[in-house]
Amino acid sequence: MHATDVLSYAYLAVGVIVMFGPVLWLVASSFKTPAGLLEFPPTFLPYSQQTVEVPGYDEPLPLFEVTLEDGTTERLAQIRRVGLQAQMVDPDDPDERITVGLDQREAIRELRLATENYTVPLERFNFLTYLRNSVVVTVVATLITLVVNSMAAFALSKYKFRGRNAVFLLIIGTLMIPISVILVPVYLVITQVGWVNNLWGVIIPGAATPTGVFLLRQYMLTIPDQLLDAGRIDGASEWRLYWQIVLPLSAPAMAVLAIFSVMWRWNDFLWPLIVLTRSELFTLQVGLNAFQGELNVQWHYVLAMTVLTLLPITLVFAFLQRFITTGIASSGVKQ
Amino acid sequence: MNGASRTKLNELPGKIAFGAVAAVMTVLGWAIEPIQRLIGVRRMAWVFLLPNLAIFGVFILFPMAMNFYYAFTGGTQLYPQNRPFVGTQNFEQIYTCTNYLEPSSCREDLFWRAVFNSGTFVAFHVVGLVFFALVTALVLNAKIRFRGFFRSVYFYPVLLSPVVVALVWKWILQRNGLLNGILDAFGREPILFLLNSEWAMFWVIVVTIWANMGFHTLILLAGLQSIPAELYEAAQIDGSGPVLSFRHITLPLLMPNVIVVLVLALIRAVQMFDLVYVLTGGGPGSATLLMVQYIYEVGFASQIQRFGLAASASVTLGVVLLIATLLQLRLSRGSESHLA
Amino acid sequence: MTRTARRFLAILLAVVTVAAGSALAQVELRMTWYDDGSESQVMRDLLDRFEAANPDVTVVMDVVPYSSGILQSLPLQLASGQGPDMARVTDLGGLSEFFIDLRPHVDDEAYWDVNFGPFLDWMRPAGSEAIPGFMTQLTVTGPYVNATLFEQAGIEVPGPDTTWPEWAQITRDVAEATGTPYAMAMDRTGHRLAGPAISMGAELFDEDGYPAIDDEGFRRMAELMVEWHADGTMIPDVWIGSAGSYVAGNEQFVNAQVVFYMSGSWQIGQFAQLIGDAFDWQAVSNPCGPAACTGMPGGAALVGIADTDHPEEVARVLDFLAQEEQLAEFYGRTLFIPGHLGLAESGVEFDAELQATRDALSTFAAEVPNLHPTAYQLQGYPFNRVVFDAIRDRLTQVFVGELSLDQAIERMQSDIDEQIAETQ
Repeated sequence: MHATDVLSYAYLAVGVIVMFGPVLWLVASSFKTPAGLLEFPPTFLPYSQQTVEVPGYDEPLPLFEVTLEDGTTERLAQIRRVGLQAQMVDPDDPDERITVGLDQREAIRELRLATENYTVPLERFNFLTYLRNSVVVTVVATLITLVVNSMAAFALSKYKFRGRNAVFLLIIGTLMIPISVILVPVYLVITQVGWVNNLWGVIIPGAATPTGVFLLRQYMLTIPDQLLDAGRIDGASEWRLYWQIVLPLSAPAMAVLAIFSVMWRWNDFLWPLIVLTRSELFTLQVGLNAFQGELNVQWHYVLAMTVLTLLPITLVFAFLQRFITTGIASSGVKQ
Repeated sequence: MNGASRTKLNELPGKIAFGAVAAVMTVLGWAIEPIQRLIGVRRMAWVFLLPNLAIFGVFILFPMAMNFYYAFTGGTQLYPQNRPFVGTQNFEQIYTCTNYLEPSSCREDLFWRAVFNSGTFVAFHVVGLVFFALVTALVLNAKIRFRGFFRSVYFYPVLLSPVVVALVWKWILQRNGLLNGILDAFGREPILFLLNSEWAMFWVIVVTIWANMGFHTLILLAGLQSIPAELYEAAQIDGSGPVLSFRHITLPLLMPNVIVVLVLALIRAVQMFDLVYVLTGGGPGSATLLMVQYIYEVGFASQIQRFGLAASASVTLGVVLLIATLLQLRLSRGSESHLA
Repeated sequence: MTRTARRFLAILLAVVTVAAGSALAQVELRMTWYDDGSESQVMRDLLDRFEAANPDVTVVMDVVPYSSGILQSLPLQLASGQGPDMARVTDLGGLSEFFIDLRPHVDDEAYWDVNFGPFLDWMRPAGSEAIPGFMTQLTVTGPYVNATLFEQAGIEVPGPDTTWPEWAQITRDVAEATGTPYAMAMDRTGHRLAGPAISMGAELFDEDGYPAIDDEGFRRMAELMVEWHADGTMIPDVWIGSAGSYVAGNEQFVNAQVVFYMSGSWQIGQFAQLIGDAFDWQAVSNPCGPAACTGMPGGAALVGIADTDHPEEVARVLDFLAQEEQLAEFYGRTLFIPGHLGLAESGVEFDAELQATRDALSTFAAEVPNLHPTAYQLQGYPFNRVVFDAIRDRLTQVFVGELSLDQAIERMQSDIDEQIAETQ
């Protein structure tokens, strides 16, 4: 193999580690117990302390390897810790209590996935509701975005009228101001329209994307005008020209915009946070943020719910990745 | 396109989707087509523009105008009509400095710290982003196997929400996190990355590049793939090495894509907020405080919400961004004329 | 149709109409809540009981995070008229203009006045006689220590008259002896620092009751904090590691990374749950300075919102919750110090299994008489959050080296002045 090929594959291998590694680490960490998360240096695989059922005690007791005074080691279960001593029993001989100093014992650990990190918080973290809201917002917003942006792009690319450039520049110019900066005025508008605590308040404001209009217009400029003229001669209305000729021909760019829109709407965080205050309306990102804010000490739950939050988009990506990446590549950036 | 050999089941979802779209479009047409008879073909452009402009006007333009008005008002009332007009007082407050290069000498020292931080961040982020995106695009453009898979690998982080990205990296960078674990394996002391001003900025730059690189890689890759192979072959025959052909073929023909990447990355970098806010909160101290976070805190996150001051800072931000973008576009037009 | 069938149908129709009618008449109230631990579940139980006795009212709880939900979003909602019907808030003075007056709606005004008297002043604008709600808890700030570490180090836990510098030295010794990374931790908020500062002699207000930060006592405390962050006594992760907002140091304490943790009484419930018996923890009395050995009083209140559409129903809910029976259960299960004078005197039976929990509760209760008048003044000041945030953010800049202490104190004052000026 060529030297450059070796370098290329090396670079790509490093890329895989750097790009996927952090998320894999997140997933691995999410299966660790709180004690496992505290360990330093951290292990990759999840370990947790073995427990054993001892007759006479309701809960399973943690197992330790204990060094006794005479030097021998034994496996003992701990009942409780008092001060610097631990009260322990031999699981086979539960009547005799042995007192052991804290530093004479070492936890016995086993490989175990702490799946309770996922099941316990689900009682408080309303995953399905948040998922449903996120899906509704994403799908409806994307459909509206596609229709509205393509109509505007069609007007701006295929018609000559006074004010065309001004409108286009106006739309592009607003790329300069992020929504986080006009939060309060937009919020006031939403209150006047009555869309606070209403999913429409999250769907509509972001639907007229400048980027979408720009992207589609660029693509539609390459559609030959003769096609439209021919259609007009045949008697087709402008509306039919739009959706029967221009839209199908713009399919690659529309697909790209659809992907972007899904991404933006799914990951939208700041705006839904302000508009939605009723917990049954929270989207997944807002719910995760609320959850994380409540339980800042319990990283094991936060990590697990974070993994759940990125699962949907990961699955979609896994199925559609070829489509996505070729779509963006082929949408072309023709000047 | 559908071949006759495909099974009907395969075609069904596509046909249903197409049918649904056609139905919706036809119904909408019943409302829109009569309008054409009234106003003629030319004016139909406005009908097509209307939905977008309506949403745009109500939810983006009008709030921006309101925001602009807020910049000239003071007080703590929420509604614009209740706010006293104070002229340029907010702007004066921001721009009062004895030494513009020393934030501590300014009345709004945090604003100027944010300006310098944003400047540093944008410079390093954009340069780093373009560099890595370009290198990755070049590598992916070569004849390698599993190209589709590798393309997806680099694009994956782009899909993750900023909150998730920040949480993932916060988890890795913390005191007992993975990175310190690796350092420990090499016998080094742990570094408290997010507690050190320089390291915090470094990681903010790295993490934001990590999260956004894939998108720009694809844009550059598209550009690379549209360069005809014959040009390279001709150069090879002429005896030029890879470096020369890069400089004289690849770079000039890729320039339009590079410009697009630069503009988009610049805009995104200047507007960077939620990822950094979750990762460092602007800290330690104000080491990673960026412009939008300053605006958010002054106008929103404090007990006394100073909408006027926040608005004037945001107007400044918009103007700076506009100038920067226009400059970039002017320069790009200049470089394009060199091409011809 | 037969006659019986027709009669049956008529009755059925009547029943359905009445049921539909009462369903239509059902009022839904929304309560915005935040959790220190898991009090929302206790409140939910109490609300379920109310709903069972009052089928025409349902109360929906929206549990939001404290920082983004209560501190940031709620004021905006209230100002724009989009707020809930009730909310659990800590910014009592600052938001008092939005709170309801329950006085015309409750039967027994005297009950409210007698049992919640002094606290009502915190929730209403100066001179007002309104009854906005009740305290979900009184809080007192104060430290916790990891007694097991003291035991391991062979050092006794210091008694009540120990000063802050002495505590710092003793906990440093314990940390060194036991290999604990850091000696002290403190929550990232000016509110936590205020008690120690007042103990050190800070007066925080001038003669007109306006915040004046720069005095010897405050400087002394600020210098101690700078010193502790510089020499590794205090864990940096809390004050330096996370800028932008309130951060608690409970994670560090629960994970036994620090010996001493300056926080407050609301953590008891959480510690009982999370620490259990992993190590022995106790609350200790506030360390001393030349002027006092004080913490800061505080608390959260559940208030009704003035522009609710259903003031009568809100009054019924709050009146129910504020009765002794319900409050006793609430305080007992959440392990909060009662904000009800009658219960404070008669005592609440706390649902505490661990002796550690019971001891901690009595330690904090015993701190209440030691609270300095300046602490009360600061807590009652409507713009105290401005003061706390200014102290917090500027002091952090000193720890990181962005500002000198003199510059920081100057900035604290100018920040406070500028923000309060906006409200005039």
